Amino acid sequence: MELFFQQLLNGIMLGSVYSLVALGLTLIYGILHVPNFAHGVLYMLGAYLAYLMVSALGFNFWVAMLLTMVILAVIGMLIERLVFRPLMEAPHLNSFIAAIGLIYIIENGALILWGPDFKRFPAVYDQLYHFLGITITLHRIIIVLTAISLIVIMQLFIKKTTLGATIVATAQDRIGARLAGINVERVGLITFGIGTALAAAAGVLIGPILLVYPSMGSALILKAFVIIILGGMGSIPGAIIGGFILGIIESLGGGYLTTQYNEVLAFGVLVTVLAIRPTGLFGKAH
Amino acid sequence: MKKNILKTYLVPAIAVIAALLVPLFIENRYVYHLLIMACIWGIAATSMNLIMGYAGQVNLAHGAFFGIGAYAAGLLTLKLGFSFWGALPFACIIAAIFGLLVGLPALRTKGSYFAIGTLCFGVIVTVIIDRWDTLTEGQRGLMGIPSPENIPLPFGSAITFENNMVATYYLLLLFLILTVLIIYRIAGSLSGRTFKAVRENEDLAASIGISPFRTKLIAFIASTFFAGLAGALYASYIGFLSPEISDFHVTFEILIYTMIGGIGTMAGPIIGAMILPVISETLHALAAYRMVAYGILLVMVIIFFPSGIAGGIKLLRARWASSKQ
Repeated sequence: MELFFQQLLNGIMLGSVYSLVALGLTLIYGILHVPNFAHGVLYMLGAYLAYLMVSALGFNFWVAMLLTMVILAVIGMLIERLVFRPLMEAPHLNSFIAAIGLIYIIENGALILWGPDFKRFPAVYDQLYHFLGITITLHRIIIVLTAISLIVIMQLFIKKTTLGATIVATAQDRIGARLAGINVERVGLITFGIGTALAAAAGVLIGPILLVYPSMGSALILKAFVIIILGGMGSIPGAIIGGFILGIIESLGGGYLTTQYNEVLAFGVLVTVLAIRPTGLFGKAH
Repeated sequence: MKKNILKTYLVPAIAVIAALLVPLFIENRYVYHLLIMACIWGIAATSMNLIMGYAGQVNLAHGAFFGIGAYAAGLLTLKLGFSFWGALPFACIIAAIFGLLVGLPALRTKGSYFAIGTLCFGVIVTVIIDRWDTLTEGQRGLMGIPSPENIPLPFGSAITFENNMVATYYLLLLFLILTVLIIYRIAGSLSGRTFKAVRENEDLAASIGISPFRTKLIAFIASTFFAGLAGALYASYIGFLSPEISDFHVTFEILIYTMIGGIGTMAGPIIGAMILPVISETLHALAAYRMVAYGILLVMVIIFFPSGIAGGIKLLRARWASSKQ
């Protein structure tokens, strides 16, 4: 039973980070209409920047996180403007190839700048808590709380503000949104900024627990894809719930089922779900 | 009409003759290596073009089927004592059977769902090849996969392939031409036109009596068959296999050749498979900066030449024709 709760807690922690990444990805999907493969390298870039700020410049963890989110939001907007906007009218596959090109550029750029070795964050908030036989570090609690607050803020932003409503409108119907007087180019730019900032936040949060290295994004991006497919492409609640489901399945599966094939558990789940429900768990039928 | 036939076949004929004459001018082994690899990737990209360019389904497990073909050929020759010629058809058929098994559930999904679903299947294949080391040798890799056995000729001589770059080149060129001819026939036939109908509008295609599912499944199985062929030829030429040969980076490479060459055209994937590896090799001197440069090149080409090289040539020719009138 203790193992169960320990794994469940780990799963919730992983899941909250997955949800952040998937939430950004699903927002951007609304603009691009293809899954943005480059989302994972931006998460990696976020983790690196925060690592440098904390270890080399001695910044406070939270200052580093905020600054990283701002910087990555700007980078995300630049990418939208320079790479994806010119491809708006082209077939979707072209955006897909451009995203692969971006992965090559950013991942190998990180390799050149910072080398292939794993970087470890200086310990932050590593106090231990024991509770009913479960052990948890303060940092893990902070990850869950921060991720959930960011998700709630995003939900409020999308539901309650006009800007949020224009993002949803553009994702639902680009031409319709333009007819209603929405500047869809500007919405695309902002969405990319927000989505990338969320990926950066996820990278900064998980950085001190996992290690920071150039290819850390590729493992995560595949899982984020699984999540937004499970949750139904473009569905915001689907991405959030899907993230938690995947995190919990992974840690319980790792604890009880298999350690050898642990990393493909997620993909197996997805293939099975798609075989039964071709539009994902929360997706609308065509 | 007659002039049209001449026009359609003139360029391919010149290309084939030029390819056949290459050994008269070149002795450098390295150039042969590049040409042989171009044939292998040309087969893989042409088969990807069938499912993606003609039938419009983004199959991101193409590298996995390439890997399945390669490992099937490697395991049949090394563990079951098959000859290369015996193993080759089986490798293609095994890839196609996996194509059927994956296609049946996967093709019920559409668009991005299909793309990511197949991507996940590809990751599973790579991990299984990596972990099931009693069968596949896992990370150690399969070593010593034989070259094609000699083909006896009259008067006691024989064509040998081992360490014979010219013969290997001709063999792979033959397979490339066969693949292109067969896929060209499929694309031009009635079923090829149903592929395009399904790509353009599934509901409309269904309304005139085409079964979109059946059509997509046929295109998918045919494409995995040839992906398996490319993999098996790769296994025999390189002689060594490791799990990475089935992973999604291979899919991406093939996808890049297809897109930059020009998707939906016959020549495009082959042009891409010939030119891009050479560019990547040329950039070798830049060391770690090479992949960054390659990435920048990809992004630039896709923005400024969205229909690839073959599409760009078509466009230029159309402009030239309209300016003459």
